[in-house]
Amino acid sequence: MPLAIALVLLVLGTVLFHFLSPWWFTPIASNWKMMDDTVNITFVVTGIVFVAINLFMAFVVFRYRHRRGQQADYRPENKKLEWWLTIGTSVGIAAMLAPGLFVWAKFVTVPREATVVEAMGQQWTWSYRFPGKDGVLGATDAKLITPDNPFGIDPKDPKGADDVLISSPELHLPINEPVRMVLRSTDVNHQFAVPQFRVKMDLVPGMVTYFWLTPTRTGRFDVLCEQLCGMAHFAMRGRVVVDDGKTFQTWLSNQPTFSQTTARPAANAAAGQALYTVCSACHGPQGEGNRALNAPKLSQQAPWYLAKQLQNFKQGVRGADNRDIYAKTMVPMAATLADDTAIANVVAYIHSLPDDAPPATLVGDPARGKSLYATCAQCHGAGGEGIWTTHAPRLAHMSDWYLARQLQNFRQGIRGLHSQDFYGAEMSLMSQVLPDDQAVNDLVAYIQTLGHTLGEEHVASAR
Amino acid sequence: MAYVAIADRDHALHDPQTFITKYIWSQDHKVIAIQYAVTAIGIGLVALGLSVLMRLQLGFPHAFSLIAPGNYLQFITMHGMIMVIYLLTALFLGGFGNYLIPLMCGARDMVFPYMNMLSYWVYLLAVLVLVAAFFVPGGPTGAGWTLYPPQAVLPGTPGASWGIVLMLVSLGIFIVAFTMGGLNYVTTVLQARCRGMTFLRMPLSVWGIFMATILGLLAFPALLVSAVMMTLDSLLGTSFFLPAVVSMGQPATHNGGSPLLFQHLFWFFGHPEVYIVALPAFGIVSDLLSTHARRHIFGYRMMVWALLAIGCLSFVVWAHHMYVSGMNPYFGFFFATTTLIIAVPTAIKVYNWVLTLWRGDIHFTVPMLFAIGFIFSFINGGLTGLFLGNVTVDVPLSATYFVVGHFHMVMGVSPILVVFGAIYHWYPKISGRMLNDTLGRIHFWVTFLGTYAIYLPMHYLGILGIPRRYYAFGGTTFIPPSAQWANVGITVAALIVAAAQLVFLFNLIWSLTHGKPAGSNPWRATTLEWQTPDTPPKHGNWGSKLPVVYRWAYDYSVPGAKEDFIPQNVPPDEAPGAPAPAAAHGA
Repeated sequence: MPLAIALVLLVLGTVLFHFLSPWWFTPIASNWKMMDDTVNITFVVTGIVFVAINLFMAFVVFRYRHRRGQQADYRPENKKLEWWLTIGTSVGIAAMLAPGLFVWAKFVTVPREATVVEAMGQQWTWSYRFPGKDGVLGATDAKLITPDNPFGIDPKDPKGADDVLISSPELHLPINEPVRMVLRSTDVNHQFAVPQFRVKMDLVPGMVTYFWLTPTRTGRFDVLCEQLCGMAHFAMRGRVVVDDGKTFQTWLSNQPTFSQTTARPAANAAAGQALYTVCSACHGPQGEGNRALNAPKLSQQAPWYLAKQLQNFKQGVRGADNRDIYAKTMVPMAATLADDTAIANVVAYIHSLPDDAPPATLVGDPARGKSLYATCAQCHGAGGEGIWTTHAPRLAHMSDWYLARQLQNFRQGIRGLHSQDFYGAEMSLMSQVLPDDQAVNDLVAYIQTLGHTLGEEHVASAR
Repeated sequence: MAYVAIADRDHALHDPQTFITKYIWSQDHKVIAIQYAVTAIGIGLVALGLSVLMRLQLGFPHAFSLIAPGNYLQFITMHGMIMVIYLLTALFLGGFGNYLIPLMCGARDMVFPYMNMLSYWVYLLAVLVLVAAFFVPGGPTGAGWTLYPPQAVLPGTPGASWGIVLMLVSLGIFIVAFTMGGLNYVTTVLQARCRGMTFLRMPLSVWGIFMATILGLLAFPALLVSAVMMTLDSLLGTSFFLPAVVSMGQPATHNGGSPLLFQHLFWFFGHPEVYIVALPAFGIVSDLLSTHARRHIFGYRMMVWALLAIGCLSFVVWAHHMYVSGMNPYFGFFFATTTLIIAVPTAIKVYNWVLTLWRGDIHFTVPMLFAIGFIFSFINGGLTGLFLGNVTVDVPLSATYFVVGHFHMVMGVSPILVVFGAIYHWYPKISGRMLNDTLGRIHFWVTFLGTYAIYLPMHYLGILGIPRRYYAFGGTTFIPPSAQWANVGITVAALIVAAAQLVFLFNLIWSLTHGKPAGSNPWRATTLEWQTPDTPPKHGNWGSKLPVVYRWAYDYSVPGAKEDFIPQNVPPDEAPGAPAPAAAHGA
């Protein structure tokens, strides 16, 4: 008896939950509404079966419960009933399969007019590539990937020269135009998934995969990695911005082509030295940093990282939060650097400065910090040397008080929440593994003990 | 049937002489079954503990500083692998298979008792190697239970050096153990059935375990070769599964391998693996339902054919796990079709279970509660399988919590409810004592309702698009705050369900000495294991004379019979009343 009631209540509860649950599909933003339709058809068919069988079972459990003198019926088979059930089931299955296959036929047929966009995944970020005027993506090879050619484009392939490179996890797409997303990974499997688009596909190193869609709604949508790709899988976020055609074209025309990125003149450290005089007032003539002036050590920090941060300061990506008072003081300083060339030059000069270990200013328990650092090591390297592909700067032999302050800023949402600060956002997710202030100090105390492992190779890879 | 059981011929060869040969290096299938079961439940408790840690992180993110992102991945990986392989596979086949096959077939033992013993000890070694991964530098692998390369063997994934190798080695050892056991089970069913035990008189438990073992013998080799290949990739730098990549800023030395090859091999094993767990559950639950409803199983022959059909089809559906893997999308048509076809024999089984209850005389014993709970859970989990098997429907739902909800209902909750039902059912035969009924009912209700509370909401979180295998969700534009309440609720439910398992454990241990004496056939069941001269059965099972079978396993409530059950070994002239139908005598 209780079991029969429980079964009825579970069926009712499930149906109620289905209709009252606040969790359902996100509003769709692509042409794949028919995927939602197949899901709905499946819900109707399976829902009817779920309710019918379970209510019948509840009835049976109630009606044929054991009572004194009751005897079970003995009729081992009922061919007719079994055949009807088999046929009925087959019809129900066909009713779900047929629309599914019909929609799948559309999925595998990419429209002729679809434009090509490449999404490239790597641990743990996204970047994108448009084919440029010729409409064809240039050949790539993982072996060609370097900090100067992060996409691994083959310079000998003329089709690659006009490829437009988006070195940011944010992709813009034009509304109402079919897009063939071709997917490439440089390290492990990933998956390009935008819940509002419904369609998604894995990225597999060594091959190129694809899917297609037509964005049907302007807006900003999260890109998630949905194929487990390592420790920071959950933090591998990107964004798709669907624009009207004109806004999209404006955005696209402001992005550099492959030939433009390779044609940039080599950075001039001598020119950078003049620019650095502004910096040296606080950061010191050797880039050694000054605790009293809240200026961290700069020398031997990875050049790509310094350049990125200077750009962030200039664009207000860093220092956006009013609580970040020290970043706020950097904003006008960074503004003294006129353009990317100036930034490259000053960074080149900083890179020529000597690498002296800064004094320790914090007290913490390096033993406890070591276990905390296991998470950090995945991006920043076991020796704290920094890894350019993970966009993780060097930590070893940098100012400890500065590391601690930035960790606190990430933890408290003072840094890393600007909508364009994707790597900062990753760091703010990661910083949550530090439960309290003591953990921050312990961690930094451990990082202070690294440093001696920094060799030539690490400096080279940091470039 | 001029066969003489091997145990009869060489009886003295493995007759236990001392405590050690009786209980440790035992060749008795019943002792080996208990060894398997205890080990499997023990390691399963570890996996349960890991799931509690995961749920704590998801319900209360960052409240537990001991769970870092890498740890979380290690927990999900070990939880999944342990539950699927080291608990469910080992328990159903090594545990129930070992205990039930000889007893239900009327054999004195497995046909290769020594190999049977080896099988257990090699399994134990596999478990120890698996557990050792928790204590090596870097800890166990965090690659997910699917162990997809390249990430499983590249830096960036926890345990990419030691952990993954130990996992692969442990799997290899497990497969050796399984092969020794599996060949034994198959041979015993084929060769050692007693006189009169035709194939179509076998209880469905034996059919389910038999089919599952055949699936295992055909599927595990695919896992073995992929484990060997990945071990070589990891240790010797071969490139079976690894193309040229840039790992952590450094070019790796691999070149030309195919990550998708691994996925095909893995799922060629992985999908039959679902049925390696499901078929024994199907078989056992059929016997539980029949016994406690005092009614024959409905459509026995159809049930057997459905088992065979599911077993065969399970080898041609594997790529439904790979619809969005990047394989040629045209495969989707084929695999969606085969996958949905497999729903037909599966649905027949469900109908026949319910129709077995229909016009029955249902006794709500604890095993019966679990069996009916299984039907409900399996209907739910089976129907959501129709979403994920149908390629178009799968795409938006794949890799979300919908998948987590689905496979936990169909492959976690459903088989484990059968495991519990089966333990409550056969414990009296194994130990000679009944399990405590009240504790059993508490265990059932908390587990049955609690697991539904855990997994039902997950489906809807998945439809919303919340991805699985995420340590934390951070800020998104589409996940509402209410999703976190769901996670808190799920975690609370999970903690309650986990606690209820302690009640079960207590019951298992307490009833060994304090349970009501069971007698030889407390459920008044027809199958041979309840007809042994001793309870628990002694070594050799049947005393001086092997049983002879005269009827099928489901002569319950035969009209005109004195009692509402006629054991299989009762000759026709001793049990007046309607004879079993032609089907039952068949073959």
